[in-house]
Amino acid sequence: MKIFTYIFKRIFCFLLLTYFKLEANTQSDSIQFFQKIKEDTSRSKLNMDAVYNRPFLSVGKLPIAIGGYVEANTEYAAKDGVSNGFSFQARRLTLFFSSTIAKKLKFFSELEFEDGVKEINIEFAAMDIEFHPLLNLRAGILMNPIGGFNQNHDGPRWDFIDRPISATQIIPSTLSNVGFGFHGKYYFNRWIFGYEAYLTNGFDDQIISNSLNRTSLAEGKHNPERFIKSNSGLPMFTGKIAVRNRKIGELGLSYMTGVYNRWKQDGLILDSKRSASIFALDFNTSLFNQRIDFVGEIAKVWVDVPDTYSQTFGAEQFGGFVDILGAIYRKPILGWDKAKILIGLRLEYADFNQGIFKETDGNISDHIWAMVPTISFRPVGTTVIRFNYRYHQEIDLLGNPPARTGIIQVGFSSYF
Amino acid sequence: MKFKFIYSFVIFFIVLIVSFSCEKFVPASPSDEDLLEGPISGLSTQEINQFLRGDEAFNEVFTTQNGLGPLFVASSCGACHSGDGKGHLLTTLTRFGQVDSTGNHFIGLGGPQLQNRALPGYIPEQIPAGASSSKFTPPAVTGLGYLSAVSDESILSYSDPYDLDGDGISGVPNWIEIPSYIIPLPNAITNRDRYIGRFGKKAAAYNLLHQTVNAYNQDMGITSIFHPFDVYSGLEFDPEVPTQTIHDVVFYMQTLKAPIPRQQNDAEQIRGKEIFNQINCSSCHLPTLKTDYSPIQALSLKEFHPYTDLLLHDMGPDLDDGYTEGNAKTAEWRTPALWGLGLSPNSQGGQYFLMHDGRARSIEEAILWHGGEASNSKNLYQNLLQQDKEALIKFLKSL
Ligand code: HEC
Ligand code: HEC
Repeated sequence: MKIFTYIFKRIFCFLLLTYFKLEANTQSDSIQFFQKIKEDTSRSKLNMDAVYNRPFLSVGKLPIAIGGYVEANTEYAAKDGVSNGFSFQARRLTLFFSSTIAKKLKFFSELEFEDGVKEINIEFAAMDIEFHPLLNLRAGILMNPIGGFNQNHDGPRWDFIDRPISATQIIPSTLSNVGFGFHGKYYFNRWIFGYEAYLTNGFDDQIISNSLNRTSLAEGKHNPERFIKSNSGLPMFTGKIAVRNRKIGELGLSYMTGVYNRWKQDGLILDSKRSASIFALDFNTSLFNQRIDFVGEIAKVWVDVPDTYSQTFGAEQFGGFVDILGAIYRKPILGWDKAKILIGLRLEYADFNQGIFKETDGNISDHIWAMVPTISFRPVGTTVIRFNYRYHQEIDLLGNPPARTGIIQVGFSSYF
Repeated sequence: MKFKFIYSFVIFFIVLIVSFSCEKFVPASPSDEDLLEGPISGLSTQEINQFLRGDEAFNEVFTTQNGLGPLFVASSCGACHSGDGKGHLLTTLTRFGQVDSTGNHFIGLGGPQLQNRALPGYIPEQIPAGASSSKFTPPAVTGLGYLSAVSDESILSYSDPYDLDGDGISGVPNWIEIPSYIIPLPNAITNRDRYIGRFGKKAAAYNLLHQTVNAYNQDMGITSIFHPFDVYSGLEFDPEVPTQTIHDVVFYMQTLKAPIPRQQNDAEQIRGKEIFNQINCSSCHLPTLKTDYSPIQALSLKEFHPYTDLLLHDMGPDLDDGYTEGNAKTAEWRTPALWGLGLSPNSQGGQYFLMHDGRARSIEEAILWHGGEASNSKNLYQNLLQQDKEALIKFLKSL
C-alpha cells in the first residue's frame, strides 16, 4: 500500500512540474488585431519610469491603452522537515490602463488582484501634468518612490518567483498611497538625473501592533481608511533622487518619513507623535560586457516605539538583497527568435529588530537570510518561466537555533 | 535543432530529478528527541485535532485589536514558552506583595503580578513601596499532563514535614484555596478546605486550567469567562478569549509529550545517574512518578520520569526573595522537573537561565545556588571529583 502512495506522490509531483513547462511551450502569439506598444528595453530608463514603461495594447482608435501581467506558480515547501505538501499559487493578476487625456496630461492606473481575490488593490491611479520635463505634477494614488523594487515590481521583470523579503517586509512593497507631489528628469550626455517628492497619507498603529509580533511597516498598510484619511492627521513625505549612466548603471537614494500613530483625536492629545522612517539605496548595473546583471537594494527603518512597550517590536530594522543574473543561452528556441535561458542567484537578509535586550545586554535576533538560485527561460522578453530553489534560515527574537526552510518553486509570469 | 533537443532533455532531466525527490531537497527535521514540541503518542484523531487547535491558540499573538493589555507582560503564551521550552529574562515576570500565608496585601495596588509593559498611551505598573517581590523565569511546559495526573495521595506520600527519616529533607505541599471555576480531582485530598497546588514555582496553581486562566489574565491582560476582571481597570469585561479556546489550550498543555532522554547508553551518563542518586539529588528530584487514572487514555496509569516530587522545599536564605504564594514560605520553592534540561538553551537563546529567576547561567551554578534542605546535597556535589561532576552534568543534560 505504502509503495503505491509513494509512486503516486512521485508521479503527481512530476506531472505538476512538467505542467508549467508544457503550458509555456504551447503558448502562441494570438493577438494580432490589436496594436502592441512594446516596453522600452533600452538602457535610458530609470526605475521611476517603470510605471509607464510597460507593454501596452491599444485597441483601434480608443485613447486608452491596456496591459497587465499574471503570476502563478507551484511550490513544495518544508520547514525543518515538516511539509504540508504541494500548493498552487495564483499570486497576482494585475491590469493597467494608461491614457493620454490631452497634450501633457496623462493618466495611469494599476489594479491588482492578489492571491486570487483575497485582496484587490488599486496600486496606482494618478494623473501627471507636465509643466516642464523637470517639473511634473502627479496626484492621486501613487507609488511611494522608496527603494527600487517598489517602483519596478512587475512579476515578468524578475527572474525570481518570490519578491525579496527586504523589499516586502522591510520596505513594505508594494506601497502606494493617496497624495500628490512632483517629479522630473534631466538628461545630460550619458547621464540621467531624476527626482520625485510626494506627500501622501501614511501608516497606522498596526506597524507596532500586529499578529507578527514584530515591527512591520507592511502591517501598517492594512488600514482600509488609508485612501480616505491619514491616521495621524499628518502627511508622510517620500523623496527619491536617482542617477543613471547608460554605461554604468543606476543608483537611487530615497527617504520616507511620517507620523504613524493617532496622537490626537477630537482635539485631545492621546500620545506623543511617533514617526516611522525608511532610508533606502537601490542600484542596478551590468558588468562583464553587460553579460551579468546586478540588481539590489538595502534599506534601514527607524520606528519610534514607546519605551514602555514590548521590545519584541524593534525600533530599528535593516535589510537588503542582491540579484546576480546572467544569460547562458541566447538563440532561437522552438521558433522564439529572442529566447533566453538565464541563471542567477539572489542573496537576501532582513533583520527585523536591531537592538539589544534591556534585561541581558544580549543581541536581539529576529532575522532571516535566504539564498535563491534560479533558472529561468524567457521565450520572449515579456514572459518568464522560472524554476527556483529557495533556502532560508529564520532566527527568532531570542537567537534560538534557526528554523530552516527549503522551497522548490516552478512558475511563470507574463505580461499580456 | 540539436540544441532544442539538448535543452529539452536537460530541462526534462532537472525536473525529473527534482520532482522525484522533492523531500531530499528540503531541510530534514531535527529528531524527535531534540524537540520539546509534539503530542504524546496514542492520542485519538479527535484528540490530535484538539491538540492542534490548542497549539495554534498557544501561539496566538494578542494585539490591541484582540484584547491585549492595556497592561501586560507579553503578547502570547508562546512568546514566553518559546518552542514549549524555558524562557528568557526578556519574558521573566515579577510578582509582589505577599510575605506569609495571610495572603497578598497589595491586590488593590496591582498585585500579585507586575504588568511591566503597556500599550502606547498607558503607563505600566511599578512595584508599590513596601512590597517585596520575586522574579519568575518561564519554565518549560512539557509533559505537564503526566504531572497533573499524579494523585494527591502519591504527592503526600513523598512529603516528610517533620523529617522523620532524618535526611534533612522535608518537603511539603502548598495547601491553596482554589477559585470557584475549578473542579477538583475526584480523589482530591483537602486540608481545612485547601487543596494541593502543583503548578507554578511556588506550586500555587491547582491545575492547568487555573494556571492558564491566570496566564491569560495576568500575563497578557486577556479576560475570560473564568477571570473576567481586567488587570488595568479592575472592572468586569466581556471575555476576550473564547471559553472553548481555553479548553483547547489546557488540552494542549495536558498532551504535550514528555521530553525524550538522549544518550541513554553512554557510560559517563550512566555514572552521572548513579552520582545523582548517591548525593541525594533524587530525594527531591524524584526520578520516577506514576499517573493515576486519567480520562485521556494515553496518560492513564503510566510511569514517567520528571525528576520532581511536586513538593515545596526550603532552599535557604540565598533563594529567599521575601515573597510567596498560598501557604508556602518565602524560602520555599517547588522542585522543578529536570526533564528537558539539556534542551533548555534551544529556547533560551543558546544559553541557560536556571532557577526560579534565571539567575544561574549554567547547570553547575544552579546546583551551587541550592541551600536549606538541599545544603547536604550541594556539599556532597562540591566534594565530588571533577570528572564525577562532569558525569553528573552530562547526565542532567541528557534528560
Ligand atoms: C510573561 C510570560 C508568560 C506568558 C505570556 C505565559 N506564561 Fe506560562 N509561565 C510563565 C512563568 C513565569 C511561569 C511560572 C509561573 C508561576 O510560578 O506561577 C509560567 C508557568 C506556566 C505553567 C506551569 C508550568 C509548571 O511547570 O508549573 C503553565 C502550564 C503555563 N505557564 C502555561 C501558560 C499558558 C497556557 C499561557 C498562555 C495562556 C502562558 N503560560 C503564558 C510565563 C508566562
Ligand atoms: C531539597 C530538595 C532539593 C535537592 C536535594 C536538590 N534540589 Fe535541585 N532544586 C530544588 C528546588 C526547589 C529548585 C528550584 C529552586 C529555584 O527555583 O530557585 C531546584 C532547582 C534545580 C535546578 C534548576 C532547574 C531549573 O529548571 O531551573 C537544577 C539543575 C537542580 N535543581 C539540580 C539538582 C541537583 C544536581 C541536585 C543534587 C546535587 C539537586 N538539584 C538537589 C530542590 C532540590
